[in-house]
Amino acid sequence: MRQLRFIAKKEFYHILRDPRSLAIAIAMPILMTFLYGYAINLDIENIVVAVVDFDRTLESRQLADRLYQSTYFSRPERSVVFEDPEAALRRSQAAAIMIIRPGFGEAVRGRERFSLGMLVDGSDNTLSAAIQHYSSVIVADYTRDQMPLNLTVPFIEISTQVLYNPDLKSSHFFVPGLVAIILMMISALLTSITITREKETGTLEQLRTAPVKPWVILSGKIAPYILLALLDGILVLVAAELLFGIPFAGSELLLLGFGLIYVSAALSVGILISSLVKTQQVAMIAALTSTMLPSVMLSGFIFAIRNMPRPLQGLAHIVPAKYFVTIIRGIMLKGAGLDILVIHGLSLVALMAVLMTVAARKFDTRAG
Amino acid sequence: MNDRAVVVEDLSRHFGRFRAVDGISLTVDRGEIFGFLGANGAGKTTTIRMLCGLLAPTAGKGSVAGFDIYRQAESIKKSIGYMSQKFSLYPDLTGRENLNFYGAAYGLDRKQIRVRTQQLTERLNLQDFVDRLSSSLPVGWRQRLALGVSLLHEPKILFLDEPTSGVDPVFRRKFWQLLYELAEEGVTIFVTTHYMDEAEYCGRISIMHQGKIVELGRPFELVERYRAANLEDLFVDLIRNRDNVNAPA
Repeated sequence: MRQLRFIAKKEFYHILRDPRSLAIAIAMPILMTFLYGYAINLDIENIVVAVVDFDRTLESRQLADRLYQSTYFSRPERSVVFEDPEAALRRSQAAAIMIIRPGFGEAVRGRERFSLGMLVDGSDNTLSAAIQHYSSVIVADYTRDQMPLNLTVPFIEISTQVLYNPDLKSSHFFVPGLVAIILMMISALLTSITITREKETGTLEQLRTAPVKPWVILSGKIAPYILLALLDGILVLVAAELLFGIPFAGSELLLLGFGLIYVSAALSVGILISSLVKTQQVAMIAALTSTMLPSVMLSGFIFAIRNMPRPLQGLAHIVPAKYFVTIIRGIMLKGAGLDILVIHGLSLVALMAVLMTVAARKFDTRAG
Repeated sequence: MNDRAVVVEDLSRHFGRFRAVDGISLTVDRGEIFGFLGANGAGKTTTIRMLCGLLAPTAGKGSVAGFDIYRQAESIKKSIGYMSQKFSLYPDLTGRENLNFYGAAYGLDRKQIRVRTQQLTERLNLQDFVDRLSSSLPVGWRQRLALGVSLLHEPKILFLDEPTSGVDPVFRRKFWQLLYELAEEGVTIFVTTHYMDEAEYCGRISIMHQGKIVELGRPFELVERYRAANLEDLFVDLIRNRDNVNAPA
């Protein structure tokens, strides 16, 4: 349709002639990929643990070496004052202090029970849990190696094989979810801004006195942003591949299909916002807050939804990002196909349909 | 019906409890320049928006160019041109791009747009400005460009909502000359204004106050009837002494 094509073409002019919004649309996704991929790192590495060795035997030194040979732990820059080891925790010079009381070496040689002391900084609870876990594994390893070969004790261990993200890298966990967050934010933001801008200039009203159907205006205006959003998605995925080596196990086409549905839902949110506010500034703030918070907090992007209180879990069901995060992780990391993702896909389609209908109604109304 | 461009009967529009337009009636003949006067918030813009199909009326009847404002909004849109006080141009597009775009919105084909753009730029003296970004144009030229946009599809009726706000007197004079020419060609002009000298150019005027039409007639006849010194005094007196005036129908 000619009218639709002209509206879309004009919208491209707007995008190309406004370097600021173009910069937002291109730079923001890349910036966020860097931020989430590099800065936000849940990987446990090089935790500073001090060893206060009152025993000073061969065994105590062997244990300390074991600790520092692992990639998890490293030595503090300054040695800890023996009289007040806790000071190192208070000053954040170490995250934990292992205290080896006198008699450790003797206990190892005599195969007696012995208890090592460990002071852990609990102010970072993820870290302290990791310290406790890794340190007990290392100690268990060490004691096992001290067993004479002729002594046979039944020893059972779990041989774990991690699938889909074998190195447990947090970038693999974050970046696919990040595509969901970025698509939602960019789409809602740009749509709400472009519509409110036309409200400000009065051109929307001018256009409505012309014999153009509201759905033609709307489709023409949002078509370029669908392309822009998809471009952003591809940009982030390419960055993911190049910078973080994140694999793409599943079908690109399937992801594109779901991506279109998801972007349509996000655009509808933008249209809804623009029907409620009058200026670009308010639209920008409304679009960012109404998409960023729910999409980050209630989508499973960082926090598991099943661990949330019931009301929040209920709320998460109407957050489009919740479905798309599951879908994109499934496709990218696990290579999941349509057969597995069908439930999430249908939920996303339903949510998109509801949002689109409401948004189109709001836009269409003559009552305003 | 053919010589009646606008017919309005008991038209109302309420916003909640507020009666923006409260049962107004008027007719405008074809080729007439009809001045729609009133203080800010009197309901002028709301009326125009209803007539242009931008806003659904709460009650009353109305037709524009012979089409019903409730059921035939699409036909109305093809017959009217609209120009608001904002001039409603895309600031980041050139004049020509604005004209091309609105032309396409009105369903004109490529050739029609080219021919009409040519005619209008000559008629409005826009040759030197049509290829500049509309945001860079002085107000007077923006106003002419906006008029050009509203005339692209050769409308029968032109709705102008404060078309001269912020424009200097020389440009205003020229603008009204253009309106006269258009009226002579048979275009009906429905115009709101705050300038009383402009109101005197109108064939008939109506004065609106708090959603109602309080006076309607030829400018000089109204001045005579109220024994006012001029239209401005008449307007101020009518609005200020609204409660004491028992306006004849």
